Amino acid sequence: MTSPLLEVKNLNVAYGTGAAPVPVVRGVSFTLGREKLAVVGESGSGKTTVGRALLRLLPRQARVSAERLHFDGIDLLAANEREMTALRGRRLSMIMQDPKYSLNPVMSVGAQIGEAVRRVEALSKTECQARVEALLERVRIREPLRVASQYPHELSGGMGQRVMIAMMLAQKPQLLIADEPTSALDVSVRREVLGLLDELVNEAGLALLFISHDLNLVRAFSDRVLVMYAGRVVESLAAADLPQATHPYTQGLLGSLPSLRQRRAVLPVLQRDPAWNSDA
Amino acid sequence: MSSHDLMLDVRGLTLEFGEGPQARTVLQGVDLTLPAGQAFGLVGESGSGKTTVLRCLAGQYRHWQGQVHIDGQRYHGERSPAHARRVQMVFQDPYGSLHPRHTVRNALAEPLHVQRQDRVDERIDEALEQVGLPLQFRHRYPHQISGGQRQRVAIARALILRPPLLLLDEPTSALDVSVQAEVLNLLAELRQRHGLTYLLVSHDLAVVVHLCEHLAVMQQGRIVETLSSQALCAGHAQHPYTRALFEASES
Repeated sequence: MTSPLLEVKNLNVAYGTGAAPVPVVRGVSFTLGREKLAVVGESGSGKTTVGRALLRLLPRQARVSAERLHFDGIDLLAANEREMTALRGRRLSMIMQDPKYSLNPVMSVGAQIGEAVRRVEALSKTECQARVEALLERVRIREPLRVASQYPHELSGGMGQRVMIAMMLAQKPQLLIADEPTSALDVSVRREVLGLLDELVNEAGLALLFISHDLNLVRAFSDRVLVMYAGRVVESLAAADLPQATHPYTQGLLGSLPSLRQRRAVLPVLQRDPAWNSDA
Repeated sequence: MSSHDLMLDVRGLTLEFGEGPQARTVLQGVDLTLPAGQAFGLVGESGSGKTTVLRCLAGQYRHWQGQVHIDGQRYHGERSPAHARRVQMVFQDPYGSLHPRHTVRNALAEPLHVQRQDRVDERIDEALEQVGLPLQFRHRYPHQISGGQRQRVAIARALILRPPLLLLDEPTSALDVSVQAEVLNLLAELRQRHGLTYLLVSHDLAVVVHLCEHLAVMQQGRIVETLSSQALCAGHAQHPYTRALFEASES
């Protein structure tokens, strides 16, 4: 493979019109191949905005610009809406953070997954149902038949999250943006979902952009990490090197985590430095 | 230890929803004992009933069975002013638990008005000071302050009646890690300063171990293991679920 699947160079997103737009993503650059790249940062740091910008799912008032925003040779900024629709879901997919707001509340889970299945292939009703069932089984849902007939409000957060993963799997995308895919899940289920994502990267050659605020999880799960602060990438390093992070923000975040190994009476609190905001 | 030294004594707490053949038991005889001044953690997967235990103790569910003593007095599930002075609860999402159209002052004044207490403004100042918020915050609305500050307001609201027992339901899981550290430090400091007793529910084992001396692990409405944080960290957990939880949190 010569060029990476995804190339992002100097991505900027700003909100608002007129003389003073508010920048929310500033000069973000990275490349992504068949690997697990994590984006970490606190709320408001712009990590979800980066993910949405790749799929061009930001609201109309958002101003997106970049030197380069290429997916498999396709210029995502130049693509028209029809080309984007062909990409979204099929080749570039996203799992949203909150299943409560991302699933259709008046459509059964099975029908929603079926919709995704039929986007790829024309199938008969029974074939489609069988495929839906297989997908639900794949995301470790114990009674796929019963769950397929349920509506989103009848599911727990973890089940809803797995339903969204099943919808994503229906279309076999090449690039997956997972926005906090496990923050609503229990430890035991979380491990299964992460195992599933891992399997997809290793076996199906999926490229994964993993958005999370959980440093411990990121350290254990991903290959590389981008640390975002106030819209900028302040540090980019291999996940295994996180303990040796050099940026004071990354160090501060790691230090403020309570730990099972080392119990401290008082946790160090992150001291923010205004200099982190500047483009140094 | 006699029951008089206990802040919380729960025996055989059982709760069912639904009737007849559709009845579902969500708590199956939970026992808990908390000496005054202790912080005790409840962990377990979602649906295991840990938040339900708090809701029973707060008077949000009233049809439970079992024996509960709070601060030496029998509790039957009533929501009385006296109960509110003994027990208060802090919820997971401060944005959901504070009234969006009430200022911080109103949110803090309400329990005092309900209890017909005087020196309202003075008490509000004290409460804000306790949780480390500037006094001018009293005029703000919840949407005008950050998530960490909102959780501080929720803690101030819980403390303003000076209850000896606080029920903490995932108090930091809606917050960023950097802010979580601030709120955890505040909770630890308040407990030390006022001799409070905490019953903390969290899915994050590291948070529980940080704040609590003892913890119980729940599964399907039952406590499957009770142990000290020290024993847990030393790897002495017996139950397979506790071990799985510990291993998952350690990485």
